[in-house]
Amino acid sequence: MLIRHPDDIAPSDITPRALFDRRREFLRLSAGAALAGVLPAAEAKLGPGRASVLSSTEAPTPLKHVTGYNNYYEFGTDKEDPARTAHALRVRPWTVSIEGLVKQPKTLGIEDILKLAPLEERIYRLRCVEGWSMVIPWLGFPVSSLLKQVEPLGSAKYVEFITAVQPETMPGVRSRVLDWPYVEGLRLDEAMHPLAIIAVGLYGDVLPNQNGAPLRLVVPWKYGFKSGKSIVRIRLTDSEPRTSWMKSAPHEYGFYSNVNPEVDHPRWSQASERRIGEFSKRKTLMFNGYAEQVSQLYTGMDLRKQF
Amino acid sequence: MNPSFIKPPLFIVCLAPLAWYAWGVQADTLGANPIEAVTRGLGTWALNFLLITLTVTPLRKYSGWAWLGRLRRMLGLFVFFYATLHLTTYLWFDQFFDWPAIAKDILKRPFITVGMITFALLVPLAATSNAFAIRKLGGRRWQELHRSVYLIGLLAVLHYSWMVKADLSKPLVYALMVGVLLGLRVWWRLQERNRQLAGAYLPKPRGRIISIAVKK
Repeated sequence: MLIRHPDDIAPSDITPRALFDRRREFLRLSAGAALAGVLPAAEAKLGPGRASVLSSTEAPTPLKHVTGYNNYYEFGTDKEDPARTAHALRVRPWTVSIEGLVKQPKTLGIEDILKLAPLEERIYRLRCVEGWSMVIPWLGFPVSSLLKQVEPLGSAKYVEFITAVQPETMPGVRSRVLDWPYVEGLRLDEAMHPLAIIAVGLYGDVLPNQNGAPLRLVVPWKYGFKSGKSIVRIRLTDSEPRTSWMKSAPHEYGFYSNVNPEVDHPRWSQASERRIGEFSKRKTLMFNGYAEQVSQLYTGMDLRKQF
Repeated sequence: MNPSFIKPPLFIVCLAPLAWYAWGVQADTLGANPIEAVTRGLGTWALNFLLITLTVTPLRKYSGWAWLGRLRRMLGLFVFFYATLHLTTYLWFDQFFDWPAIAKDILKRPFITVGMITFALLVPLAATSNAFAIRKLGGRRWQELHRSVYLIGLLAVLHYSWMVKADLSKPLVYALMVGVLLGLRVWWRLQERNRQLAGAYLPKPRGRIISIAVKK
């Protein structure tokens, strides 16, 4: 049965292209005004950000799916939970302390972090360990720009990302589904890779809470859970961090968790994935299609053992 | 109460979950991943109908409404109906009828293996859910065969709990409900056994009992 419903938008309501393009100019101007203290900062859009050669040319997943289908267990384990409950997350004031094996430990406010480096638009594939994927236009800057601020010591080998716990705003942390705070980690050379970014926005706008506001990690060649949300602490260490999923099920989730169609999850296959919005499944690509850029990080490693 | 008044409307009600998902696919209200929503939803409803079917006997026993028993077959067949749809969504939308891949999946993934066994156990129950089969098998053997529904209940919950990533709360609720419904049967059996041991079913002596006094 085909249920027809009238178009939501009349043609006369659609902004003509010329005006639409000028809207960006207006936004840029108003963003400038906001920085000058004329307008409250909250009204300024972050985007659009500089285009990047590292962006995918694939069609981005619609915004409603990017913001309506999330794994953010602090806000509930159903995919629709975060969109419903994450509005409560307090994202200001927000600081990130960067510590451990660094020359200059620092605590940075989010306002400073936003000004740290020019924002770029990075359109990346995101592959979830559960077997679905999206294409998301992130807005952010390389993780390396952030780490350079603190000057990692030569002894630093790993980076641990520790995320927020707000029991009063996060219904999920009352249950012991995972060990809170949610912790993720990368090898330092992985974190310094140009593809690894700190995202502060998506679709040209401020990062929605359910996507990990105000700042999150995005590592596109690894399964989605490696990209920790709402980060509050970054620690440089000489030993491999124990991540929340490794603690939860060590035989199912390894430290690396690189997207790999040949290494199955013990309970399901990773050979294919369903792109959100598509009917057929597609073959999953090695390193989520970023093999050319990242495979040299893993030369000589047995990716079956170090999964 | 005459079950023939209840059966037709109940039949329609039992189709409501399917209608809801069919409408949801058309109207695009099932979220970002409608195929997953349908696959999981149909599996959940197979399990829901299994619980409803297993509730019929205790409800009849404690309420005294004998007519409830006449609905059990239809409800049981809806378990099979939703399980079949659930399996079909897996074969079609998850595997696209790639039979070698499906065979590999069944052998390699414990939760798929258990799901398949559960479905396989449902088939003979659905096939013998008619008066002819009861006559052919004989009441006793038919009943023995249909007791496998308890095993099906346990396996279905296991299938569900092995599928979830970390949050076991929902499968645990189902496990608890299956546990209560199966526990009731065990409890009834024990009671019955005690009654038998106490001699409740020994034939009563006939006639009058005369006490014989022995003189010293």
